[in-house]
Amino acid sequence: MNETILSLMTFLPLVGVLLLFFVPKESHNQQRGLALGITILTFLVSLPLVTGFQTNAEFQFVKNVPWIAAGPFQMHYHVGIDGISLWLVILTTFIMPLAVLSTWTAVEEKVKEYMICLLLLEVGMLGAFISLDLFLFYIFWELMLIPMYFIIGIWGGKQKIYAAIKFFIYTMAGSVLMLVALIFLYFLNVKAGNPTFSITSLYNLNIDPAVQTWLFLAFAFSFAIKVPLFPVHTWLPLAHTEAPTAGSVILAAILLKMGTYGYVRFAVPLFPDAAAKFTPLIATLAVIGIIYAALVAMVQEDVKKLVAYSSVAHLGFVMLGIFALNQQGVAGGMLQMLNHGVSTGALFLIVGFIYERRHTRLITDFGGLSKQMPVFATIFMIVTLSSIGLPGTNGFVGEFLVLLGSFESELRWYSIIASSGVILSAVYMLWMFQRVMFGELDNPKNQTLKDLNAREIAIMVPLVIMIFVMGVYPTPFLDKMAPAIDKVVQQGKTRKVAANAVIQIPVIPQAVEVPAAPQTIK
Amino acid sequence: METFAMPAINFAAIMPETVLSIVAMVLLLVNVFVPTEKKAYLGYLSLIGIIVAFATVVNGWNAPGELQSGFSGSVLQDNFSLFFKGIFLISAALSILISDQYMEREGCNQGELYPLILFATTGMMLMASGTDLMVIFLGLEVLSVALYILAGFNRGNRKSNEAGLKYFLLGAFSTGFLLYGMALTYGATGTTKIAKIAEFISQNSIVTLNPILIVGMLLMAVGFSFKIAAAPFHMWTPDVYEGAPTPMTAFMSVGPKAAGFAAFLRVFIIALPAFTPQWSSLLWILAVLTMTVGNITALYQQNIKRMLAYSSIAHAGYVLVGFVADNAVGTAGVMFYMLSYAFMNIGAFAIIILVGRKGEENNNVSDYAGFGFKHPVLGLVMSIFLFSLAGIPPAAGFIGKFYLFSGAIQAGYIWLAIIGVLNSAVSVYYYLRVMVYMYMKDPVEEFDWFKVTPSIAVCLLLAVAGVLIPGMFPAYILEVAQKAVLPGLF
Repeated sequence: MNETILSLMTFLPLVGVLLLFFVPKESHNQQRGLALGITILTFLVSLPLVTGFQTNAEFQFVKNVPWIAAGPFQMHYHVGIDGISLWLVILTTFIMPLAVLSTWTAVEEKVKEYMICLLLLEVGMLGAFISLDLFLFYIFWELMLIPMYFIIGIWGGKQKIYAAIKFFIYTMAGSVLMLVALIFLYFLNVKAGNPTFSITSLYNLNIDPAVQTWLFLAFAFSFAIKVPLFPVHTWLPLAHTEAPTAGSVILAAILLKMGTYGYVRFAVPLFPDAAAKFTPLIATLAVIGIIYAALVAMVQEDVKKLVAYSSVAHLGFVMLGIFALNQQGVAGGMLQMLNHGVSTGALFLIVGFIYERRHTRLITDFGGLSKQMPVFATIFMIVTLSSIGLPGTNGFVGEFLVLLGSFESELRWYSIIASSGVILSAVYMLWMFQRVMFGELDNPKNQTLKDLNAREIAIMVPLVIMIFVMGVYPTPFLDKMAPAIDKVVQQGKTRKVAANAVIQIPVIPQAVEVPAAPQTIK
Repeated sequence: METFAMPAINFAAIMPETVLSIVAMVLLLVNVFVPTEKKAYLGYLSLIGIIVAFATVVNGWNAPGELQSGFSGSVLQDNFSLFFKGIFLISAALSILISDQYMEREGCNQGELYPLILFATTGMMLMASGTDLMVIFLGLEVLSVALYILAGFNRGNRKSNEAGLKYFLLGAFSTGFLLYGMALTYGATGTTKIAKIAEFISQNSIVTLNPILIVGMLLMAVGFSFKIAAAPFHMWTPDVYEGAPTPMTAFMSVGPKAAGFAAFLRVFIIALPAFTPQWSSLLWILAVLTMTVGNITALYQQNIKRMLAYSSIAHAGYVLVGFVADNAVGTAGVMFYMLSYAFMNIGAFAIIILVGRKGEENNNVSDYAGFGFKHPVLGLVMSIFLFSLAGIPPAAGFIGKFYLFSGAIQAGYIWLAIIGVLNSAVSVYYYLRVMVYMYMKDPVEEFDWFKVTPSIAVCLLLAVAGVLIPGMFPAYILEVAQKAVLPGLF
C-alpha cells in the first residue's frame, strides 16, 4: 500500500475519465457530480500521505519499476515524494474539487468534455509532482499542456484561441530545450556508469561547471517560462484572463508552481555551480518581476488581469527565496508557493463569482458591491489581505521568511528592493478592492446582485480556513518540509564555494517567530 | 551444345517480393472479370497477399546467413531490410484500406490500382534489400514507374494529371542523376556491389581522393534526396501530394520515403564509410535545411493536403538528423520513426478522405470547423494523430523524435538536436491549427456525408493502436529496431 498509494492517487482521475465516457451527453449534473466525486476521492486518497509522512529528507512512498529498456536507454517508472513535493501534491488534490465545484453554473456547454479535461489535467499535474525519473517527469510535464490548451481554447473568453496557442507554444518551446538537456544529462550519467534518468542518481553526478552552465540554462529557461519569470511572462496575463474560472484557478494555483518546483527539484540541486553563477541574474529578474508586475497591476482595468499580474509578483518572491539558497529563503519560497496557491486560487474564484453574475470584469462597472453582497465582501476582504500578506494570514509568513532569508544571504540588496513590492501589492489590491466593493452603489445593474449562494460559500470556506490556519500555525507545513529543504540547500551550496571550504547550515528553529539572532554562516 | 548451368536462386531471400509479384499479376488477370462496382474485392485480395508477404517477412527474421543473400550477393534479406519491408507492407495495407471509398467517390475506381500498389511495394522492398547498386536502381525504377501512374490515377481531375506528369518529369530527371552517380562510382571502384565498393575503398585509400568517386557520391546523394524529398530537392512534393488521389498521397508519403532512406543508409553507411566526415557535414546541412524549409512553409498552407506534404518534408528532415548521428541509436531511431510515421500519417490522411467530398472539395483547414464536436470519436482520433505528428508525448511520434535526437546528442551534434527540437516546437503551430478549427470554431456545415466504411474503420483502429501503444510502451519495437540495425556497423 505504501508503494502504490501515489500511483493510485495519480491515476484515479483517469478512472473518472473512463467513467465519464459512459455518462450520457445531456446529464450535465451527473457529469459534474461524477467529476466532483472523483476529485474529492483523490483528495481523500492523498491524505494518508500527510499522516504517513516521516519527517526526514528521504523520498517516501517510492515505487521504482523498469519501464522502457531499449538500446542505451533505461527509463523507470520511479515515483516518490519528499517534503518539497508533499504539500504541492496536497495543494493539487485540495484545489481540484473546489475548481470542479466552481464550474457548476459557469460552464453549460460541452460539460462532459470540460470535466474530462479537468481530470486529465489533474493526472498530469500529480504525475509531474511525484516523478523522480526525469523522462517520466518530462512526459507528465508535456502532458499537462494538452488539457489546459483545450480548456482555454474551447471554454475561454474572447481571445481564447490566441491565448491557448500562445500558452501552448511558449511553454513547449521552453520544454523542448529541456528535453535536449535531459538527454545530454542522461548520456553523462551513462558515462559515469549509471544508465538511469532517476534524479537520485543524477544528484550524485559530478558535472563540469562549464557544461553545467548550458544544462542549467536549458532547464532554467523552460521553468522560467512556467513560473513565470520576467520577461517570459507575457503568456500569463493573456492565458489567465481568457481561461474559464476553473482553468484560471488551476493555472494559478498549481501550474505556476511547476516552474518553481522545477527549480527546487531539478535546476538548482543538479547544477549548483551554474545556479550560483546565475543567481544574480535570476534574482534581478525576480525583483524586476515583483516591482514591474505590481506597477502594471496598478493600472489594470480588468480585475482578472490585475490578479494575473499579482501572480507574477508573488512568484517573484518565491524565486527570490529559492535563490537565496538558505533555510529561511527556501522555506519561505516553498511556503509562499502554497500560500499563493490558496490565496490566488481564492481570488480567481471570487472574480469568477462576479463574472458569472455580471459578465464583465471591468473595475469601472462595479462599485459599492459590499452593500449588496456582504458575505462576498467579507470573504473578498480576507482573501485580499492574505494576498497582501497581512500578519495573521498565510501570505505574511511566506513573504516574511523570503525577505528574511534573502536578507541573510548575498541577495541582501535584492531583498531590500523587493520589500517595496509588499507595499506596492497593498496599493493595487486595496485600491482595487475599494473601487469594486466600497463607494457608491450607483450602477443599476449592481443593485440587484445576489450574494453568495451555499455552493459558493462551500467553495470559499475551506480556502478561508486554510488562510488562517497557515497564517497562524504554519508549523506542520514547515516542519515536514524542513529536512528536504535542508537537503536542497546542502546540494546547492556544496559545490558553490571552493572545494576546501565547508558550510555549516544551521537548522531553522521550529517556531516561525523571528529567531533570536540572525543565522550566520560559519 | 554448351550446357547452361542454371545459377542457384535463393528464393528465400526474395520471398516477400515474389509473393507480392505473383499476387499482383494474378490480380491483373482477375481484374478483367470483376465488374466495376465490385472492384473493392480486388483490394481485399491484395490485402490477403500482403498478409502472406508479411508472414514471410516475420518468418525470415533472424534467418541464418545462407538464407539471407541471393543472386550472388546482389540481394541481402537481413534484419535491416526485413524491418523496412514490414514498414512498406504496413503502409501498403493501410493505403489499400482507405482507398476503396475515395476511388469510388472520385470515379477512378479502376482495378489496376491494387496491382500497381503491390508492384510499387515490390520495388520498395528491392530497394531495401538490394546490396548491389543496380538492384537498388531496379527497385527504384519499379517503384517510381508505378508511382507515376498512381499519382495521376484520377484521370478526370486536372490536378491529378499535373501531379502525375510533374512527378514523372522530375522523377526521371533525378533518376538520371542517381544513375550517373552510380556509373561514376562504378568507374572509380570497378564494381557495383556495395560490400565490394567498401572493400575496394578501404584497400586503396588513394581512391578516396579520386574526383570521379566524390562526384559520383554527390550525384547519388542528390538522387536519393529527391526521393526522400529533402530540401532543396523537395519542390515536387507539395504539388504532387496535393494533386494525387488522397490514398495515393498517403501511400507516397510513407513508403517511398522509407525506401529511399533504406537505400540511402545502405549505400552511404556501408559503401562509403571512408567519406563519413564529408557526407556527415553535407547531411547536416541537408537536415537543417529540410526541417526548416518544411516547417516554415507548412505554416502558411491552407490546404490540408499541402500542409501534410510540407510536414512530410519536415519529418524527412528529422530522420536525416538520425542519419547524421551515424550511430546505432540514430539508425534505430530512423527505423522506429518511419514505422510510427506510417501509422500516424496514413491515419491522418484517412480522416482527410472522410472529410473530403467529391471533386477534392473540403480540403482546406477551415473546412474542419466544428468537426471535433460533431464527430467526437473521429475528432479524438485526428487529435491523436496530430499530437503524434507534433511530437507530443505519449504518442509514438514523441518517442521517435526522442530517439532520433538522442542519437544526435550521443554523437555530439548538440546544435543539430537543438535545431531539431525547435523545429518540432514550430511544427506544433500548424498541427494545432487544425485542432483549433476542429474544436474551437463553430461548425459551418453538418458533416453528414460521412460514410465510415469498415475498411476505413479498420485502418483507423490499426493506426491509433500503432500510434498509442508504441508511444506508451515502446520498448519492444525499439528493441526490434535496435536488432535490425546493421550488425557490426556501429
